[in-house]
Amino acid sequence: MSTKKRLAVSKTYKLYLGGKFPRTESGRYYELKGRKDTLLANVSRASRKDFRNAVVAARKAWSGWAATTACLRGQILYRVAEMLEGRAGQFEEELRAQGATPVAARKEVTASVDLFVHYAGWSDKYQSLFSSVNPVATPHFNFSMPESTGVVAAVAPEGSGLLGLSSVVAPILVGGNTSVILASHARPLCAITLAEVLNSSDVPGGTVNILTGLRDELLPQFAEHMDVNALLVCSDEAGETRLAQERAAENVKRVIPHADAPLAESPYHILDLQEIKTTWHPVGV
Amino acid sequence: MPEGQKEGAAGAKPKSARAKSADGAGKSRYDFVEGDRYAPAPESSDHVSLRDSYQLFIGGEWVRAPRRIETINPATGEVLAEVGEAGPRMVDRAVAAARQAYEKTWSEMPGRERGKYLFRLARLIQERAREFAVVETMDGGKPIRESRDIDLPLVAAHFFYYAGWADKLDYAFPGRRARPLGVVGQVIPWNFPLLMAAWKLAPALACGNTVVLKPAETTPLTALKLAELIEEAGFPPGVVNVITGAGKTGQNLVRHPDVDKVAFTGSTAVGKLIQKDLAGTGRRFTLELGGKAANIIFDDAPVNQAVEGIVNGIFFNQGHVCCAGSRLFVQEGIADTVVRKLKRRMETLVLGDPLDKNTDVGAINSQEQLERIRVLVDSGREEGARCWQSGQKLPRKGFWFKPTIFTECAQSHGIVQKEIFGPVLAIQTFRTPEEAVEKANNTPYGLSGGVWTDKGSKIFKITSQIRAGVLWANTFNKFDPASPFGGYKESGIGREGGLQGLAPYVELR
Repeated sequence: MSTKKRLAVSKTYKLYLGGKFPRTESGRYYELKGRKDTLLANVSRASRKDFRNAVVAARKAWSGWAATTACLRGQILYRVAEMLEGRAGQFEEELRAQGATPVAARKEVTASVDLFVHYAGWSDKYQSLFSSVNPVATPHFNFSMPESTGVVAAVAPEGSGLLGLSSVVAPILVGGNTSVILASHARPLCAITLAEVLNSSDVPGGTVNILTGLRDELLPQFAEHMDVNALLVCSDEAGETRLAQERAAENVKRVIPHADAPLAESPYHILDLQEIKTTWHPVGV
Repeated sequence: MPEGQKEGAAGAKPKSARAKSADGAGKSRYDFVEGDRYAPAPESSDHVSLRDSYQLFIGGEWVRAPRRIETINPATGEVLAEVGEAGPRMVDRAVAAARQAYEKTWSEMPGRERGKYLFRLARLIQERAREFAVVETMDGGKPIRESRDIDLPLVAAHFFYYAGWADKLDYAFPGRRARPLGVVGQVIPWNFPLLMAAWKLAPALACGNTVVLKPAETTPLTALKLAELIEEAGFPPGVVNVITGAGKTGQNLVRHPDVDKVAFTGSTAVGKLIQKDLAGTGRRFTLELGGKAANIIFDDAPVNQAVEGIVNGIFFNQGHVCCAGSRLFVQEGIADTVVRKLKRRMETLVLGDPLDKNTDVGAINSQEQLERIRVLVDSGREEGARCWQSGQKLPRKGFWFKPTIFTECAQSHGIVQKEIFGPVLAIQTFRTPEEAVEKANNTPYGLSGGVWTDKGSKIFKITSQIRAGVLWANTFNKFDPASPFGGYKESGIGREGGLQGLAPYVELR
């Protein structure tokens, strides 16, 4: 028989939650259309309940991930880069299906791989950069160092499906935080494929949780949740940033607003999601 | 009390402190109940210059606000002075003065020159430290021993420390250039009035910002006297503006559209309102809010030292300390011993005239705060915790509260969950380190914490697990300008002090 007629096996895109790939508990979806109005995927439309479950998973994973050695976190991030590189073709295909030119798709994938390599290298260095031994006037040994802020909720850039998401995930992850991330609504495919990469790179389940769905519906939940420590929002809509900052006040969340574009590589993005802890100890016999 | 560990237990006071009183009278001018242990040793106040009436300090001039408020000595109820209450127009005027000073002089001035102004101010403060300490104690009620030995030295040191940063900002942020933000609005509390002014002003000015500062309504005097020093030091007009008033004045300042950055120290409830107010404005803010610190005593701790640390943790400044060690966790095996020793130590605390050099526990800052403490302590009794108070007699005038401890507390009790901001300690026990950490972190706050054990590895295990910004191991309530201070979670955003304390006052490019 001829192989020309073989039916392609298309992928079901679901959520990434607690290290598993469930459908949304709500059963809802939205259609993602490609060129010529073809159906690319029925994308899960995550609910408030999905988000809450994701926060529970992230909180549970946090103590373990935060305690992972800096060296190991670096190795895991490098592993993410390796897995991404290995599946470059699949990511490029998804980006093209969502409207990118082949050149742009290629560029976005390589930039994402390189970004993970970059942040992998920061894993055991940002602490030295942002720490200090403080020369206090009393006989005490006094030092300050960064610690992860905790559970971070993040709204990834809408305009960049892979690089935007990667540029948000990597600094959160390398800093020992766990996260719940809302992927781009219009370009969600790479987010779930990136989740598969994370899942096969020894990033423990629950450390990164990725939802797809509607910003309008989920952003207020992200901002209000009392067990989320920080909120990163990539948005050009002043109203969205305002809403996020207003609702975040209820538990004094740290809100880090960004433009709707991939974040440039910088250790200061890691520092944004760190708390400085200062420890005093007497010196004497 | 912070150096109490060195002085040893059971109230053994250095002899010099009771040798003679500074004014020779030998008796307090006010109606304090005299302790039966020590002769009065009041600090002399005849060298203090205090006006009857203070104006607002705006654009280098003293501007009279028509509405007046009185500030009293909480230890006696006596009116010390009246100050202006800045209305919206005065806030406008102060912000405009700060803007003009920012654009015309301060942001353009070389860092080295800015630093020299701050150095000069630090020196002026040192020269008049005793006078300022006396005023601080009279206006706020804290013991002179604390204002003289802790507040004032730290105030001068803070200006001295940040003065040196002014021309070195390029070294503070690797790979970036630091630029000032503009006009900073700062609202500070009544528990460390002058020290909080220093914490706010020094880094802001060193980084090239100009400031409108609003001290607390019950303790405005030292900030106004600091403004006099700033004038004497020859700061360009408008670089520092001090406006007095109550909450409404602070709110107008925080909401002012021409303020580029807000720095607030105070309650978590107000901090949340400020965070909401500033949402969507793009204006920056740092918050230093409430706390409910866990002080954890392991059974291998040096118990006598730990008891001094507990006392210092909760009775320092009458417990009006955001980082006070207000939750005590004692490992079961030594709980009875610790509580017994703590009670004995509490009986030796000298409570009374804050101007007396022997005084350990001064006056509660205001009637309002006293009421708040009473309500929370009553709720503790009603909820079933066991209350014990030391036996000091309280002075007849002024606002006072006895050192108080609660045993048999549950995690759910209000006295365990809520910040009391008074000399009230909630004691719980634990068996394992894991239990201690879990209970310690079971709070929305995360400002500070204490760990007492002789085992070094245990110290670092526990301090790394406590979710709080400042951890004291085998010590408590220590502060230094080089040491960053600030909270996790609902205890605030940002750090004050040290290298990390520069970041809130610059934009990185």
